[in-house]
Amino acid sequence: MKFSVTVTLKKDVLDPQGKVVQNTLISLGINLKNIRQGKYFEIEIDEKDQSKAEKNVDDMCKKLLVNLIIEDYKISKL
Amino acid sequence: MKSSVIVFPGSNCDRDIAVALEKMQFKNQMIWHKETKLPKSDLIVLPGGFSYGDYLRTGAIAGKSLIIDEVIKAANEGCLVLGICNGFQILTETGLLKGTLLRNKNLKFINKDIYVKVTNNETKFANKYKKDQVLKINIAHNEGNFFTDNNHLQELKEKNLIAFKYSDQKGIINKRSNPNGSIENIAGIYNSKKNILGMMPHPERMVDELISNVDGLNLFSSLLN
Repeated sequence: MKFSVTVTLKKDVLDPQGKVVQNTLISLGINLKNIRQGKYFEIEIDEKDQSKAEKNVDDMCKKLLVNLIIEDYKISKL
Repeated sequence: MKSSVIVFPGSNCDRDIAVALEKMQFKNQMIWHKETKLPKSDLIVLPGGFSYGDYLRTGAIAGKSLIIDEVIKAANEGCLVLGICNGFQILTETGLLKGTLLRNKNLKFINKDIYVKVTNNETKFANKYKKDQVLKINIAHNEGNFFTDNNHLQELKEKNLIAFKYSDQKGIINKRSNPNGSIENIAGIYNSKKNILGMMPHPERMVDELISNVDGLNLFSSLLN
């Protein structure tokens, strides 16, 4: 079973990289409101039961992939 | 006094801190991160560097290494723990210190001598310094921008857990004297029991007049006191 995890900085956390990307796009004449930069993982696991598999991925997020102080995450099935 | 320096793949200040500790007559041992037993130590040091190439997040992988369980156990039993630079980042990833270190506000790696003010000198780590003493000390980091939630920030202030703040030469603390965007100019913090210190500046680089200055020496002599 394959999942994706998207990790983004929480709303109140400063994202200087996102800001620079945003300013550069604006300087290229592209109109936009806001950009936040994040991380993306694709995870494959040997598990047929979807709810078990999702729980495993959630564990991975909490244990290592995400710093819960500053980041939010979203798990999707691929 | 017995010290243990934990060495991770990518640590690069481990020998500097060992030289500083030995200069101050600590009986020091270097401990590889794959060890599962920590020798009895009065002080554990997590050194600076780029453990695991800063993969995922700074300190994230090192924070899950085998020896860390022993470090956490010793810290909870009251052993003194010092995390410098990447060591500070690792301490936040293990949860021994709250908060985290974000990318520097200006997105640049900063390597220069800056000034910090001793905010609390009534600790095992800083008792040889005077309160509000200004130290000239080196920083070298890309992720030194300390961030934490409001509750923790409140706790840091109320319980006097801020160790050092970035200042100018005269001790003035403001935006101009903040090199990396850290919340309230924080350069180093203690845990609530004050047996764990995490700091971005490098005291081990300031122990010899020949190469820098000796503003870092008193941190080590405080520990011996």
